[in-house]
Amino acid sequence: MNLSLLILLPLLTALLILLSKNLAQIRVIGLAGSLAQLGAAGWLLKLFMDQRAAGNTATYLFETNTVWFKALNINYHIGIDGIALAMILLSALVVVAGLLVSWTMEKLSKEYFFLLVLLSMGAYGFFISLDLFTLFFFLEVAVIPKFLLIGIWGSGKKENSAMKLALMLMAGSALVFVGLMGIYYNTHSFDMVQIGQMGISLGVQKFFFPFLFLGFGIFAALFPFHTWVPDGHASAPTAASMFLAGISMKLGGYGCLRMAALMPDAAHSYSWIIILLATIAIIYGAFATMMQTDLKYINAYSSISHCGFVILGIGMLNKTSINGAVIQMVSHGLMTALFFAAIGMIYSRTHTRMVAQLGGLLKVIPFISSVFVIAGLCSLGLPGFSGFVAEMTVFMGAWQNSDGFYRFATIISAASIVVTAVYILRATGKTIMGPISDEHALLGDATWNEKFAAGLLIVGILIIGLAPFLINQLIMPATDFLMINIDKAITLK
Amino acid sequence: MLSNIFILLRQELILSLLIFLLLFIKIGKERSNETVLNLINILLFVNLAAGLFGMSEGGAFNGMFTTNAFIVLEKNILNLAILLISMQSYAWMKHHKQVAEFYLLIFTSLLGMFFMISSGNLLMFYLGLEMSTIPLAAAANFDLAKRKSSEAAMKLILSSAFSSGILLMGISFLYGTSGTLSLDVLTAHIGNDPMQLFAFILLVSGFAFKISAVPFHLWTADVYEGSPVAVTAFLSVVSKAAVLFTFTSILYKVFTPIATVWYGVLVVLSVATILIGNLFAIRQDNFKRFLAFSSIAQVGFILIGISGSSQAGSASLVYFVLIYVFSNLAAFGVVTVVSALTGKENISDFKGFYKTNPFLSWVLTIALFSLAGVPPTAGFFGKLFLMMAGAAKENYGLITFAALNMVVSFFYYLKVVKAIFMEENEQPIQKLSVPGMTKLAMYICVAGIITTGLASMVYDYIYSLSIGL
Repeated sequence: MNLSLLILLPLLTALLILLSKNLAQIRVIGLAGSLAQLGAAGWLLKLFMDQRAAGNTATYLFETNTVWFKALNINYHIGIDGIALAMILLSALVVVAGLLVSWTMEKLSKEYFFLLVLLSMGAYGFFISLDLFTLFFFLEVAVIPKFLLIGIWGSGKKENSAMKLALMLMAGSALVFVGLMGIYYNTHSFDMVQIGQMGISLGVQKFFFPFLFLGFGIFAALFPFHTWVPDGHASAPTAASMFLAGISMKLGGYGCLRMAALMPDAAHSYSWIIILLATIAIIYGAFATMMQTDLKYINAYSSISHCGFVILGIGMLNKTSINGAVIQMVSHGLMTALFFAAIGMIYSRTHTRMVAQLGGLLKVIPFISSVFVIAGLCSLGLPGFSGFVAEMTVFMGAWQNSDGFYRFATIISAASIVVTAVYILRATGKTIMGPISDEHALLGDATWNEKFAAGLLIVGILIIGLAPFLINQLIMPATDFLMINIDKAITLK
Repeated sequence: MLSNIFILLRQELILSLLIFLLLFIKIGKERSNETVLNLINILLFVNLAAGLFGMSEGGAFNGMFTTNAFIVLEKNILNLAILLISMQSYAWMKHHKQVAEFYLLIFTSLLGMFFMISSGNLLMFYLGLEMSTIPLAAAANFDLAKRKSSEAAMKLILSSAFSSGILLMGISFLYGTSGTLSLDVLTAHIGNDPMQLFAFILLVSGFAFKISAVPFHLWTADVYEGSPVAVTAFLSVVSKAAVLFTFTSILYKVFTPIATVWYGVLVVLSVATILIGNLFAIRQDNFKRFLAFSSIAQVGFILIGISGSSQAGSASLVYFVLIYVFSNLAAFGVVTVVSALTGKENISDFKGFYKTNPFLSWVLTIALFSLAGVPPTAGFFGKLFLMMAGAAKENYGLITFAALNMVVSFFYYLKVVKAIFMEENEQPIQKLSVPGMTKLAMYICVAGIITTGLASMVYDYIYSLSIGL
């Protein structure tokens, strides 16, 4: 299968949306387009597994390499391994769910759906890129739709949040760009595969790794560059929050992982800083969440904490921890999208997101409340849901590092789960249990589109939670390959 | 021999014919503005099309005039810009009393630029420069009823005269130390002679005046604000581009022996230009002043690209200018229409613009995104390739500075987008009916913004023609 299809499908959908005449058409086209993406992603998974089963051990499958800017040695080089495919599947799921949740969006609906689809195009392009320039291109493609989505359709102090988010992400990509220049002028190539084979000299790695890792780290809410996350997520309309937390933050995590694999020596020598920042993010995020009274802020701050686990897993630089980081990315993407969807559904009915003003919702809107509880339980890492699998894997990997500092960081991070339990149980308990206020007594439960969206995400969460071997089977060969380079760097030390 | 000259000077000759034609139109019987404007636009289109055929290489008039495929391309980019400006100022020109004169001035200025770009001799260069500046000052005064317009013209002619003086002094020092003004011969005489270094500094200052690089930018904002929008667009795109083309070719051709010196000078200039341009652009409310300062910052980025001094350096310059033509003119186009139909020129007037004028809003937004360098617009590629060319010197401090300043510029471009889409306005600009000609120009600009970047053959073509240091 030609991977460009993953870019062309959203592009086509976006163009058709522009040409459509009324809300009904926009909805149908948007949903059909996103379902086609999901279908393509699923079909890709099947083809991928078939190839692997047939004994194809190439690192990247479905590779295509077309010259783009010949004079500058920029190629449109695409291909996927298991990790990228997991991310693509995640994006496809979140996109469908996001479109379904915004079914009733009536304000400037054409522009809204157009931007959502454009955002998903950026994400797909990013995940399939093997050329650093193309990767960078798609990374930035995904920024502007976020700015407009939050600024136009958001709530609260939306303009400020949108500006803050756009500027911080752009600053991240500025750092990435400098790093790319460093790599380019030392290897004369943007091709990740080629550079991986050639290797980058130690001095260059050490100088430019911080640029790249911090740059992508800003996208992944790395402490202390996480400040765009709470405001951005809280101000965004529901679907945009889902896209932001579910897909967009994963661009950062995925980028960090690729950079660590590309410059393993530097990653190894800086790993203590990475671990330190990740641990702070985990603890800080968890405690900051405790103080929040707005449901969206609760989820946004907990995202900082959860994305900390991704960085922690990458920073530990061993096979299990990296596996854990990837699973955590997928799991957090699904879980947080579900959480935001549930919050959006509650908000659209009660017109408040303050925990103190809610209560007893289980009695009137049982379906939405259950979705909310499932998202919460997944977030606190209850066995059976994906969160448990992901966090366990990260901790097991992290513990393999016998150095005292790393052990300490692992213990601290693991302890944060208790804090998570506190804020999740408190928020869910207050919201869905207890007496219900009179004005909320007559709310209507989820509509078909909301049920469909939630169901889709829950299925994803359950598949990872109950049958973790499936996702492991998908990403294991890819991490094995990443580890070849990383191990080489570590044994050299 | 004579026919040879006709081919080499084909672009200049066509333009001269246009100028004479305009004179005849003027003395002929009275015609409506619409007829004249339509005729001019068609002729400009023919002019552009004629430029595309048959690249020729060679010189004329004892090496005073040189041309090659790259130079022809540069002139064509200017032709394209003129065509777009002309189409966009339709709404403004339609009710103006002196249409023919306006175009006479603009075309004469353009002709001067052509000779300047093609100059093989500093004397020719100076003649071309003067020929291009003086008509422009007259054109800046073309909002006849506005005092600000005459103020702008005055400021433009005075500062141009001053900078020309500095340039001329530099040129005479060069002549004094080397005994020649021919660009080809001059290179061999350039060394570390203090007099020549002084001459070089004077020359660069003169150029910096014309491209409004900091600290020689002070005239820019006032002149841009006071002039009619069409002239502002011409100043910020065409005249700047022409000087930059010449500047680059003189740097690369003549001053090769002191490349390390001018690298340092360019770095200082670009850092100052980007920083000051950005910081001042943040605080502007008048749209023309805003675009003036943002264009100052853009010049800073261009200087970084030029400092790369490779084939990629001059290629990325021309590429960026081509993109800049599309994006800046799209932005100016919208401002022209709004200013001509409502008289409003402030960014705060654009609040809530999207509700009343979605088409113009999108054109402006896409243009601003391209100016900011956001993919998938061409501005992203243009700016990135400039910085890539500059990064060839492996001066990563400079690249980091530039990259972070892109974020700053992002802020002020987004502020405008925010005003258009997100802010409320009690008295929004009413729904405007855009003339068909202007609309067509905007479509061309938007198409250019989207395709010039993604279609890599444009860059590859420019690269293949360009010659480096």
